[in-house]
Amino acid sequence: MRTSTEHRRRAGDLPVAMVFLLPAAVGFAVFYLWPTLRTMYLSLTDYSLLAPPEWVGAGNYERLLGDRLFWNSLKVTVEYVVINIGVQTVVALGMAVLMHRLTRSGLIRGVLLLPYLVANVVVALIWYTMLDAQLGIVNQALEWIGLDPVAFFGETSTAIPTIALVNVWRHMGYTALLIFAGLQAIPKTVYEAAATDGASEARMFWRITLPLLRPALALVLVLTIIGSFQIFDTVAVTTKGGPINATRVIYYYIYEQAFQRFNFGYAAAVCVALFAILATLALLQLKLLRAGDSDLD
Amino acid sequence: MRRITRLAAVATILPLALAGCGSGESGDGGGSGAAPSAEKIEISYWLWDSNQLPAYQACADAFQAANPNISVKISQFGWGDYWTSLTTNLVSGNAPDVFTNHLNYYPEFAGKQQILPLDEFVAADGTKTDAYAPGLADLWVSADGKRYGLPKDFDTIAIFYNKKMLADAGITEDQMKSLTWNPKDGGSYEKIIARLTVDKNGKRGDEPGFDKKNVEVYGLGLDENNGAGVGQQMWSMYALSTGWQFTDKNPWGTKFQYNDPRFQDTIAWWRGLIDKGYMPSLAIARSGTSVNDGFGAGKYALSTNGSWMINTYYGYDGVEVGTAPTPVGPSGKRATIYNGLADSIYAGTKHKDQAWQWVKYLASADCQKTVGDKAVVFPAIPEALTIAEQKFAAKGVDISAFTVQIHENTTSLFPITDHAGDVAAIMSPAMDAVLSFEAEPSSLSKANDEVNALFQ
Repeated sequence: MRTSTEHRRRAGDLPVAMVFLLPAAVGFAVFYLWPTLRTMYLSLTDYSLLAPPEWVGAGNYERLLGDRLFWNSLKVTVEYVVINIGVQTVVALGMAVLMHRLTRSGLIRGVLLLPYLVANVVVALIWYTMLDAQLGIVNQALEWIGLDPVAFFGETSTAIPTIALVNVWRHMGYTALLIFAGLQAIPKTVYEAAATDGASEARMFWRITLPLLRPALALVLVLTIIGSFQIFDTVAVTTKGGPINATRVIYYYIYEQAFQRFNFGYAAAVCVALFAILATLALLQLKLLRAGDSDLD
Repeated sequence: MRRITRLAAVATILPLALAGCGSGESGDGGGSGAAPSAEKIEISYWLWDSNQLPAYQACADAFQAANPNISVKISQFGWGDYWTSLTTNLVSGNAPDVFTNHLNYYPEFAGKQQILPLDEFVAADGTKTDAYAPGLADLWVSADGKRYGLPKDFDTIAIFYNKKMLADAGITEDQMKSLTWNPKDGGSYEKIIARLTVDKNGKRGDEPGFDKKNVEVYGLGLDENNGAGVGQQMWSMYALSTGWQFTDKNPWGTKFQYNDPRFQDTIAWWRGLIDKGYMPSLAIARSGTSVNDGFGAGKYALSTNGSWMINTYYGYDGVEVGTAPTPVGPSGKRATIYNGLADSIYAGTKHKDQAWQWVKYLASADCQKTVGDKAVVFPAIPEALTIAEQKFAAKGVDISAFTVQIHENTTSLFPITDHAGDVAAIMSPAMDAVLSFEAEPSSLSKANDEVNALFQ
């Protein structure tokens, strides 16, 4: 597909290109680059938010290594991400394939997206109310079929899985739509050829859909995993980090350190640690999943 | 080519992770010159309680009528959002000129020069600081002797009870007024809690064959909020009635006393109620609805809560509610935390004088009578409290269960210390661990060491 003219762009295009790039570049510098650099600087200071920062060098990072709650928050966050992404990807892939192979209905596609259109906080609060151990409708239903009520958000063992699944419910339609877009890039002719050869739906899924979907899936995974690591709002409106430290996910820990305990410098150090983890993870994923290459070439 | 695009994609995505972290900028404090008097000046005012909004709007209307050059713009936020918004606005230099302040937060704001000392204004205008219920005005004087607020209201803790459940259990309302408590067997207080607990088969908590695994109505509700190291409406009224105090001195203590056996025995007794089936487990309490909604839905017979919740508890359809003072403890006295709110002026305000006029009015008998007339909170000025008392009575609410402790002088100050945010962050998971039986009450001694290390 690539032609040699692509490599020999005329220098005359440069000013025009700059005009088109400028708005995005300014936005990137102001909203991403500058805050990132400032966070990195603040992570080397003792900064109580309401007084000027004081330089402490690597002090915050030393403290980080010995902070039991930081490691706990990482563990809890990873547990959340594994459940959230694991379930969500499988469900979304199934939904996308069904949309792709079974229906052309715009209405159904729209309905699948509905939970995503409801604000995160509202979704969290509604589920929080529905899952209440004594008054929640879900536990009423459990009681009718003869099961004991479960304090979904209240038990240390079920709190994180509950939050992870609530967010699966909200995001699965959106993720399915992203995967669906990837599916549409697979040429119909491949399926027609397979059908002529007498391949079953299951075989087509494993041999055609999944391999050809790999680049799209890789991108979806990178995006959703990074998003998943940033779980905050559901925790903030429901469990607030508890019971004990069961849902003190890393972003909630950062928020607590920064805005409730005024340890802004330390919170910035946790931010930078999270940044390093996510950067490594994203690069690793893209490398392993060869997101840049398509098997269609 | 592709490699570069891929790197660019990663570079674009990743800062998303950081964007939320680095937006803090220190405010420059703003100007402070007096504005020209001819122009109309707008003062912004924040509060968190939506129940109180109409009362303070009425105050603002009266204030504006008397001061045509000043207008007051009131904004209300829920309790949780309030402090987050306030902090971020303080940081960005956009905080409201005047805001409702809390004892848990003002030491931090005062220490970081975010709120103005009022002493100069008070001295210049000859404002009386002894017009309030005893002790309230002293709460707002910091360790360095400066005043940061004028009292507007106060609150205490009492027991809300479901009248029908009481009658069904054969307990009289008079009995509720003379309850005693101790951390060993819980006294007559635990006896009525047991009596009011009913299992799915209709057996009461004090009857043989009571099934603590299948409870229909708990005698006592457990708050959905973690009371952290204060336990204001959760456990403070028991612990304080043993003679225990939060800190070595109050206000401005520097040594917490969570290692005291009287405190730990109280917590041991309190969580024992869960084990006996008289109070829901921490997991149930945290699973979705508030303790007051649980009370309103008939899941709890008793619920300890603050006077600011009166209208909520009395507002549930089909529930007849009464109130009783907290039980008399081993010290021979009842106990309750005595907490008060006040209004503070933002240090960066551009309209200091107008802000002071508004604060002075909020703390005046005129405004507090207006607030008392709406019967939502207890005003700090005694004559305004009398009005509130009558208005509450007209609604069928007897507030004597809340005020008796002031008359009998059994109140304790809300613990006012530095590092309140850090203390809460340490005590909150520590208390959770004890309440969920993952740690023993003696583990609170270790948390106490951590707390006290903050003050070293």
